[in-house]
Amino acid sequence: MTEPVLALRGISKRFGEVVVAEDLDLTVAPGEAIGIVGPNGAGKSTLFSMIAGEQKPDSGAISMLGRDISSLPAQDRTRIGIGRTFQIPRPFEGMSVFENLLVFATSGAGLHGHAAYTRAAETGERVGLGDVLNAQAGSLGLLARKRLELARGLASDPTVLLLDEVAGGLTEPEVADLVELIRGVQQEGLAIVWIEHVVHALTQTVRRLACLAGGRLIADGDPFEVLDDPVVREVYLGTTLTTEEDTA
Amino acid sequence: MQILDALAQGILLGGLYTLFAVGLSIMFGVMRIVNLAHGDFAILAAFLAILLVGETSFPVWLVVAITVPAFAAIGYFLQRTLFQQSLNSGPLSTLLVTFGMSIVIQNALLEAFSANPQRLDVGQLATASFPVGPIAIPYIGVLGLMLAILCIVAIELFLRRTATGRMTRAVSDDPDTARLTGANSRHIYGLATGIAFGAVAIAGLLLAARSSVEPTAGSMRLIFAFEAVVIGGLGSLWGTLVGGLSLGVVQTLVAHFDPSSSILAGHLLFLLVLAFRPQGLIPARSL
Repeated sequence: MTEPVLALRGISKRFGEVVVAEDLDLTVAPGEAIGIVGPNGAGKSTLFSMIAGEQKPDSGAISMLGRDISSLPAQDRTRIGIGRTFQIPRPFEGMSVFENLLVFATSGAGLHGHAAYTRAAETGERVGLGDVLNAQAGSLGLLARKRLELARGLASDPTVLLLDEVAGGLTEPEVADLVELIRGVQQEGLAIVWIEHVVHALTQTVRRLACLAGGRLIADGDPFEVLDDPVVREVYLGTTLTTEEDTA
Repeated sequence: MQILDALAQGILLGGLYTLFAVGLSIMFGVMRIVNLAHGDFAILAAFLAILLVGETSFPVWLVVAITVPAFAAIGYFLQRTLFQQSLNSGPLSTLLVTFGMSIVIQNALLEAFSANPQRLDVGQLATASFPVGPIAIPYIGVLGLMLAILCIVAIELFLRRTATGRMTRAVSDDPDTARLTGANSRHIYGLATGIAFGAVAIAGLLLAARSSVEPTAGSMRLIFAFEAVVIGGLGSLWGTLVGGLSLGVVQTLVAHFDPSSSILAGHLLFLLVLAFRPQGLIPARSL
């Protein structure tokens, strides 16, 4: 059996009375794409923050390719291959798109000089920002910011990419473009963990879906079976989860 | 003709103000630290150089070559220790810490060097000038302006063309995200402070070379530097140059008509900019 690219064991985290993770286990196989759904405030983004090393879980261990990374600071986790995007895009606004990517290619992927330039330009082209590489990141619209967020995740040459609601707020054709892009990335062997409210974007991409609620994974498996699960429907009380619906 | 002379002197004075302001601008731009001891560090550098010249037989250029890098190193060290500590406990404490340092430096200098004004002996350079038409341009003024522009060009090249410089801008833009990319923000902050301290040492030496300095001269220098930064636009180095030059020109032009109102005129310009163009003459989003 190959080592899981990412393994969370018994992760617990609470903010005062609010439980965002309770004895949570999750393993991601190399090249696997997993979608995570769950009601707002279920702790999805906090889960990412703990994997990326920005927040420490109260207990539990995180390992990557068999190596315990629980005590590794965030910048080292980026270097060894954990890339993430933020739900609210956070580009370096005063820098150009190209420079944004260059920063990640330099320190995230450890590239220098020409190799870093090439990687930055390529990832920019790849996500469709080729025409605006020299524009200030602060001047970009939402779609371009989301693309830049994705490109920054890719520029650091990750083994596993954490996507936090990259499709939220986009129009249907834009979502379709994005799905196309992410599928392409995944086919190159990148493992992906994708938090998303735009469920149909997930179901087009992932073969495995987990639902996070109350700090636990209440369902984990085939996307359509998970979405049909009465317990999952229950936590989305008031909203009917269908594959066509956009609940973002 | 005399107006023209005043204008030229103002521009050259503005170069000195810019040199003082560059370090302040960098520390604010990268770390959001307002270094209230900025002027005092300049005076400290000046007295250190005066001491070196007095105690050793080193030529002035060697003293400058020792003092400036030494100050850059002191800056790095201070940032990694004292300033970083105070940054961690909120923006207010950096104000308190640097204010405290200002008092400590002033009094230590008074204790060590007495209140007498002293100057750095640079020989002919301090007084020599060359004629341009009817006006005389002092070499040391030109040197100051050129150093100011050189500093800004060098720092801009560093920020825009090198990987470490880009990382500095990224850290100044969003330290949390920059940390995720693998940036060592403390080291970067140290480098930025080192650059700022190197620049302020140059400014202090130049000040002591063109006129005498006393241990308490730092406060006024801080005010001029601060005004130059704000007039030019926070976080923009070229803006700082424009701010420094405008301040120098306004002061000397007004002094031409009424010497006693010169400093006041500079403050009024600062006030006007704050009131009508608070973003500064050349506003920048970030470094």
